[in-house]
Amino acid sequence: MIETANPDSMLITSTSPHIHEGTSVRRLMFDVIISLLPSLAASLVFFKFRSLLLVAVCTGSAVGTEWLCRKAMKRNNSIGDLSAVVTGLLLALTLPPGLPLWQAILGSVFAIAIAKQIYGGIGYNPFNPALVGRAFMLISFTAAMTTWSPSDWIGKPGDETANAHEAVTSATIRKYQKLDVDATTTATPLGLVKDSCRFGEPANAAFNYTNEVRRNLLIGNVNGSIGETSAIAILLGLAWLLIRRTFTWHATVGYMGTMALFAWILQLAGSKLAMPVDFHLLSGGALFGAVFMATDLVTSPVSKWGRFIFGIGCGFITMIIRVVPGGAYPEGGTFAILIMNAVTPLINRAMRYRRFGAVRKTQQEKVA
Amino acid sequence: MKIIKAPFKFSGGVHPPDKKIFSNAAPLQDLPLPAILKVPFVQHLGAPAKAVVKKGDKVKRGDLIAAASGFISASVHAPTSGTVKGFESLPTAVGRSVEHCVIESDGLDERSELLQPFPDWETRDVSELIERVADAGVVGMGGAGFPTSVKINPPPNKKVHTLIINGAECEPYLTADHRMMLDRTEDVWLGIQIVRKILDVKTVYICIEENKQDAIEKFSKIECDDDVMIVSLKTYYPHGSEKQQIYVTLGYEVPSGGLPADIGCVVGNIGTSVAVKEAVVDGWPLDSRCVTVTGEVVVNPGNFIVRCGTSYDELFEAAGGFRENPAKVISGGPMMGFAVANTDVTVTKTTSGILAQSLAQTMRFTSLPCISCGRCNDVCPMKLLPSDMSCAIEADDIDAAIRLNVSDCFECGCCSYVCPSHRPLVQHFRRAKGVAALNKMLKAKEMEEKAAQARAEAQKKCEIAHAESEAKIESDQIQVAVVKDEISRAWGESVDAHPGAEQSVEASNGKDDNAKPGEQEITE
Repeated sequence: MIETANPDSMLITSTSPHIHEGTSVRRLMFDVIISLLPSLAASLVFFKFRSLLLVAVCTGSAVGTEWLCRKAMKRNNSIGDLSAVVTGLLLALTLPPGLPLWQAILGSVFAIAIAKQIYGGIGYNPFNPALVGRAFMLISFTAAMTTWSPSDWIGKPGDETANAHEAVTSATIRKYQKLDVDATTTATPLGLVKDSCRFGEPANAAFNYTNEVRRNLLIGNVNGSIGETSAIAILLGLAWLLIRRTFTWHATVGYMGTMALFAWILQLAGSKLAMPVDFHLLSGGALFGAVFMATDLVTSPVSKWGRFIFGIGCGFITMIIRVVPGGAYPEGGTFAILIMNAVTPLINRAMRYRRFGAVRKTQQEKVA
Repeated sequence: MKIIKAPFKFSGGVHPPDKKIFSNAAPLQDLPLPAILKVPFVQHLGAPAKAVVKKGDKVKRGDLIAAASGFISASVHAPTSGTVKGFESLPTAVGRSVEHCVIESDGLDERSELLQPFPDWETRDVSELIERVADAGVVGMGGAGFPTSVKINPPPNKKVHTLIINGAECEPYLTADHRMMLDRTEDVWLGIQIVRKILDVKTVYICIEENKQDAIEKFSKIECDDDVMIVSLKTYYPHGSEKQQIYVTLGYEVPSGGLPADIGCVVGNIGTSVAVKEAVVDGWPLDSRCVTVTGEVVVNPGNFIVRCGTSYDELFEAAGGFRENPAKVISGGPMMGFAVANTDVTVTKTTSGILAQSLAQTMRFTSLPCISCGRCNDVCPMKLLPSDMSCAIEADDIDAAIRLNVSDCFECGCCSYVCPSHRPLVQHFRRAKGVAALNKMLKAKEMEEKAAQARAEAQKKCEIAHAESEAKIESDQIQVAVVKDEISRAWGESVDAHPGAEQSVEASNGKDDNAKPGEQEITE
């Protein structure tokens, strides 16, 4: 009998393996939070205080709801795994800057309580909680969720870009009387395209897609959800997540690749709905969705190529929602990913690995 | 010897830090002979050996103390000379209770001459060599302990064409095979040659991982024909698994549920080769082995030649004791080894190393639900679905896990090693495999019972049919007799009535016509 360091003076016994790589759910979630920091910073730059308020309120209410739900269900406290923080952050970053705070709170509560905890908490939710929260708000508070108070930079009087945007937007508004005319309300680039398509005009007539607009889309100086506008910030986050091997590239590449292919074919066909490929990739929430939402471990398929197929499905549905004239929403990332979430079990079943040593019958006979 | 790179790569696997630095520079050394040895009767896979000595018997080193019982079993020999003090039922490192033979050493360590040495093994008959390997109680020393005599004697319908010697030693920490290859190169090589002769194969691959460059170099200096090659494997876990090793070397997959012999391969271990050499050339039964004593908390980690039956305490003492008290002692490597409950368990033929972990190194986690990250599926070398299987087992649906081929899992531990939710995956699969094995046994029993019942029924039916047919034959015979009787009676009557010869012929003809239908009836 030897002396052991174990407090109950017995050797610890457990099944193998006795070592671990060192990852944990908490660490994965922490990496996602780190990867969201560039987007967070960009939103602070472009939308200032309103973005900070939204992020704080959403994250706080998400964590609070998680704690309350676990308490009410008499389960162990799960705030420590940081997944509620991630849900809150993701939700906040997909909201328009001018959203009333009570709506943001309601969305976060819905995301955590209905989309996650009712199913049993982390790991059991079939749909991405943040997206369920966003879809709920998109349907319940449609006006507020599609009203874009301008990015602070755009809003600066005398700024040429702002004036150009203002001009296009006001023209659109005046022409179709779709939105309430409001000094602080403008449309997103995708919204302009959608509106123009709806009334039978070529998509690229909505506004002039210049290199300057392109640059603004890249750095994020356009109207949109607070975290979705800056492509560079999102790509920085993606780089971190790939370096940390939080997930593989398959879903993201499948998603963006399909969108690019779709847009390219539209252009080749000379469709009235066609916009340049990079416009589709950079504008709206598709990139944010492809990096942070379609890659959600819980709700996407388990195998690498399953995730690729999942991404293809997301990209395809997103493009359908975007370009089909007459649709209610200018962009479709939210619904595309939620629809594909529902297909995930099927993909999982179809994309199983070939088992080692699973030889076909004829081969088995030959071997024997 | 030619060195080739492994031409294939298996899917999955992990690369844990190998931590062999603690003991890979320590040459083999003999452990001082302990005063008491407790030799378990089960040191192998298969039926326990049956004791052939009794309390108070004097034994010499190498004397048989328990004989193999059954086809898959192995003999156990006395590891030193001394007196049999008795038999005790004690737990082994794996945790199950096994009969141990307690031997008190007399300190002389005299060798018995039970087995005659075969220095002329090259001219000996193969069957003689196989018998010798069986008599010496040689088992696979990689961990499973499958009797070597069975392995090197495949059924005649399975033609073996390749011998693979497993020097991968992919488990972190362990260096026993590595030191064997360095310090006893000649013996290993001789053992390989003997096995090669027994199996009558031309092609031999010696698989060594790249982190044992010195061993690769040493082997490459051996003069031999071109059919023996060193395969240098990337340092990756689990290269030491025979199915994976065959795949990276030859590109063949052992069919699910099959053995390497099914595709014409036999995989042997470095330690086993040495044991075969000693058994054949020296006539020494397998009674000792090389054990790595290692871990961050051990003062002088090293590689010891240890007699089977030595307690772990002695080994740790020989290694200089502990820097700090260990919290976990593992028999084997950290990936597949067993955590022992107590250090007075003994070394067996399959103990490749013992590893002590400090409290800080032990992992105690609260497991979370599966977050479907799919890492376990990616690293599984058998390409099973650990995530799905573990969820099924957690829901007590063992059948679903069996349908997902949980029986193919060889518990390498890669899935648990990478799981961010710290799920006890291997534990789940062990449970499911246990249940699966039990179900199989019960099913076999049930089938047997059914078969017996069917046999009994068939026999009953047979008996009835037999009785019926006998009765029929009897009745037929009676009928025949009756007809014959009638004929003869009729014949007699006609003869009586008409004594004239001509008349009698006529009459008989007429009677014959009458009798014929009766005869036909009988034949029908």
